[in-house]
Parts: sequence; structure tokens; C-alpha cells
Amino acid sequence: MANFEFVLPPAPTTNIKVAFGEGDLVARSASSVPPPAKQLTPVAKLIDVSKCIGCKACEVACLEWNNLRHPIGINTGSYNIPPDLDPNIFTVMRFTEWVNPETKNLEWLIRKDGCMHCVDPGCLKACPAPGAIVQYSNGIVDFDHEKCIGCGYCVRGCPFNIPRISRNADQPKAYKCTLCSDRVAVGQGPACAKSCPTHAIVFGTKDEMKKHAEGRIKDLKSRGFSNAGLYDPPGVGGTHVMYVLAHADKPEIYAGLPKDPKISTVVEIWKGLFKYAGFIAIGGLAAVSVLHQVIAGPNRVSRADEDNAKRLAGSDKK
Amino acid sequence: MTTTSPYDVQPGDRVHRRDPVVVDRHSSFVRVNHWTTVITMLLLWASGFALFHPSLYFLAGLFGSGENAREWHPWLGLVLFVAFYGLFFRFWRACLFAGEDSRWLAGLPKVMAGGDEERLPEVGRFNAGQKMFFWIMAIMVIIMLVTGLAMWDQYFYDYTTIEQKRIMVLIHSVVAVLVVCGVIVHVSMVIWERGTLQAMTRGYVTGGWAWKHHRKWLRELVTGGRVGP
Ligand code: HEM
Ligand code: SF4
Repeated sequence: MANFEFVLPPAPTTNIKVAFGEGDLVARSASSVPPPAKQLTPVAKLIDVSKCIGCKACEVACLEWNNLRHPIGINTGSYNIPPDLDPNIFTVMRFTEWVNPETKNLEWLIRKDGCMHCVDPGCLKACPAPGAIVQYSNGIVDFDHEKCIGCGYCVRGCPFNIPRISRNADQPKAYKCTLCSDRVAVGQGPACAKSCPTHAIVFGTKDEMKKHAEGRIKDLKSRGFSNAGLYDPPGVGGTHVMYVLAHADKPEIYAGLPKDPKISTVVEIWKGLFKYAGFIAIGGLAAVSVLHQVIAGPNRVSRADEDNAKRLAGSDKK
Repeated sequence: MTTTSPYDVQPGDRVHRRDPVVVDRHSSFVRVNHWTTVITMLLLWASGFALFHPSLYFLAGLFGSGENAREWHPWLGLVLFVAFYGLFFRFWRACLFAGEDSRWLAGLPKVMAGGDEERLPEVGRFNAGQKMFFWIMAIMVIIMLVTGLAMWDQYFYDYTTIEQKRIMVLIHSVVAVLVVCGVIVHVSMVIWERGTLQAMTRGYVTGGWAWKHHRKWLRELVTGGRVGP
């Protein structure tokens, strides 16, 4: 039985003190990018759900850093306030009261929800506006609001239901967690990680975070959570925001965290196969039409037709 | 002395005994209605297909920006819906299928290949191909409206789930391609049958055109007494 330990997170940002920019893009929506000259060290945020006490310091830090203001909400008798992500809230705590069927214990599950920074981001795949969604070689997926057209296609693409479109605004745009790309670019960790009093949120290189998670999982297992594990879902190629879950075998109990998230097949067809089918159909039909005109020749009305019409109309009798 | 008209004859249809014979086919109201449909359709293509594939994103430039294309598109869709259904309520009766339509369709391939149109049965104001285009468009415009409204997040975000939205956008883009295919055939036939376009520009066709392509209609006009100088 391990003692209560106070492991400080690994110094969050040692290896990543590199500014990054246009040259570090590995993917850009509705366009292509040249392969980057150098590969940045992949970063990750690790959220240890078992350590979270639901204080929402990270929510506040996120609002603060991103300079977001949100009207005071309404208490509906639940800790889930604000109830959902929205264009002005990039992260929310989702509280679940869960009775463990084995131990009959009530477990209070608190999951910090927000963008997972997928390796294969559905939002980016769905986006029709060139450059509105970008992915850096360190793994960060970011939205460029200058280029965003507010169509909401990223909402359809995301398997985690993360992006939110500002509605009824002058110009709708999509918003989500940036993984504090602006802070990371200058060697800082994300605001949420910085503010977390229990170190439930830690930030560093993806390798470091995985190693750190291993220790946490071992600890949880030693305390009876035999299914403790890391949530780094392979269906989206892994994520740059990972969870340590005490019950990693059933992520759904954590306010519907998908068990095997992947980009919806409908989105894959819409954005993949169908685009080719569409171009082939339209191009093919246009070509056939032109060929038809050329081969069959124009269908002209003849002198005889006009005479027949005259006879029928009776104008020849005048 | 107009008698009760056959189902396909329109109020303004009239034969003029001139040289060549001239037949009024589309009133100016119908022509304005039709060209409104054409223009909104083209604008819908530009604003919609800009989002369809990156290679077409430049089309958004027509509207000033991607944002504008995105914003205008659904409104244009509503205009198209109203304009198309204006034509629909005018012509739906004339587009009901008649006995000769199946025989006409059976003979069509040979005529398309350059064969003599005299082999086909005489048809009324619209032939079976035009009728099919009419009904297919009527259905597709409804599908575009319904799926389009479901995609219109600004006003209707809360009415569908994300999974439904995914399906809606797929259907919307599949049917958009089918609409383009339909219009290609429609325009291609107008060009192929010389003398057809003027029905939509000037509103009338020659008697010979009516004799050749819509003889039953021409006979209906003459027997119905819709003949004048
Ligand atoms: C009838 C009413 C219609 C409505 C309300 C409507 C609405 C929409 C909406 C909301 C979008 C998403 C992007 C945006 O917000 O602009 C969209 C996309 C699109 N629309 Fe429409 N639309 C309509 C008709 C049409 C028609 C007639 C066409 C062309 C045949 C068309 C072609 C497209 C295409 C190609 C897309 C992009 C689909 C993709 O990205 O794969 N729409 N439409
Ligand atoms: S979680 Fe959603 S918004 Fe975030 S990168 Fe993945 S697909 Fe994009």
C-alpha cells in the first residue's frame, strides 16, 4: 500500500522551449502544407481524473488567460456549472455520481472536458476553409479565427463534441481549447495545468506524460483500482490530451467519454470517397453531353416542319 | 371560343398565323420566374460548392469572402425554393404523365443517337423527359430545403443531434451533385434542340418547332381555337 505521496509534476516545459509557427504545421484544413523541416517534440497534457477535486481553478485560469467573459449562469442543483462548453468556455468539469457495482461505493467522477488535440483531428478533416484549422508538429490543433467562416463543419467532424460556434453574433466562428498554443510557444505550460492545486493536470512532452501516467496507474492499481489505465485513444491516432482513469475499461461512465472514438464513417464518406464520386459524376456527365452534341449533331427544325405547322394552323389558306 | 382546355395547355398559349407560324409558349411572368430560378441556382452552386471541395473555394470570392458565401447560401436556398415552387404550381398539371410517355421514352435512345423524331409518338406541352426532370427537381429541392435547414446552425442548431447533422450534410452534398447533373442534362437538351432557348428568352417558338417536338400540344391549341393572326 503506497503512502500518500506528493509527486510534483515533471518540470513541465523543459524540452519544449521552442517557438513554433507556420513552418511547423503538419496539417492545414482544406489545403496542404510542405513537410516541416524539423519535428517539434510532441507535447501532451495529462489529466489525472483520480486526483481532481473539482475546484474549477482550471476553468477560471482558462477564462482568465483567454480573456473570456461569461454571464453568470443559473444553478440547476448540480455542480455542472456552466453546464456545457460554449464559445466562451473552452473547458468544463463534468461531474458524475457513480455507484461502483463491485464495491457499492459511491464514486464522484469529475472529468475535465475540452479539446483532446487528436493526432487525426476530425475537425480539421471536415473544415472547408483553407487554413482555419491547423495542426503543429508538437501535436497542438488550433483554430485560426481570421480564416474560420463559421460553417460548423468542425462540429460534425469532432468525435468528442468539442467545438462550439458563436451564434447570433455578427460573424459566427468556431471556438475550442487551444492547448494554450500561445503559452506553449513561449515555453509555458497551459494555464489550466499551471493553476491546478492537486497537480491533476500536468503538462510536458508526450513521452514524459506517458511515463508519469504509468506511475499514477501503478499507484491506483495498488489501491484496488485494477482497471486503472491511460486514455490515449488509438481510433484518432492518440491524443495530446490524455486522461488517467481509475476505470479505464469503461470510459463512458466519465460523463460519456467515448470508449473507442474515431471520426464518424459518415464524415469519412462525405469528406473522402464522395468528393471523388461527385467530381466524376459531374465531369463525366458534362463530357457525355458535349460528346452527344458533337456526335448526334444539332436537332434542327426543318422547312417541312414549318410548312406542316402552317398547314395545321391554317395560315397557308389565306 | 376557347373550349375546356386539355390538361397541359397554359392560359397564354396561342398560335399566330404568321410566316413562319409563331406559338406563344411562356408568358413574361413565367420567364422572369424561370430566370430567377436559374440565377439563384447558379449563386447556390457558387456559394455551396465553394465549401464542397478546397479546389472550389475560390468561388466564395464571388461573395467577397467565405463568411459571406456561408451566410448567403441558405437565404438563396429559400429564394430558390419559392421561385421553383412558383414554377411548380404553374406546371405540375401539365407534367402529369400521359399514355404516350412510356412509348416516347422507349423510342428516345434512337432519337438521341440522331434518329428521326417522327418515330416517337406525338407529345403534349412537355415530353416525358421534361416531366421526369420536373418531378425529380421538385423532390430534390425539397430534400435540399430540409437538409439545408438542418445544417443552418444559426437558427436550427438545437433541432438535430450531431449524428443527424453529419447525415444531413452528406445527403445535402450528394443531392447537390445530383441537382447539378440534372441541370446539365436540362441545359444540354435545350442546346441540342435548336429553337428551344427562345421559348425562355423571347417567350415564343416557331410553329415548326412545336410541330416537331410537341405536336399534340400544337394540335390541342389549333383544335381549341387558340389561333389568331
Ligand atoms: C433549398 C434551400 C437550401 C438551404 C436552406 C441550404 C443550406 C445550406 C447550408 C446551411 C449549408 C452549410 C454551409 C452554409 O451554411 O452555407 C449548405 C451547404 C451546401 N449547399 Fe445548400 N442549401 C439549400 C439549397 C442548395 C442547393 C439548391 C444547392 C445546389 C444544388 C446547394 C448546394 C450546397 C453545397 C454543394 C453545399 C456544401 C456541401 C459540402 O460542403 O459538402 N444547396 N447548404
Ligand atoms: S477533440 Fe475535436 S476539436 Fe479537438 S482536435 Fe479532436 S476533433 Fe478537433
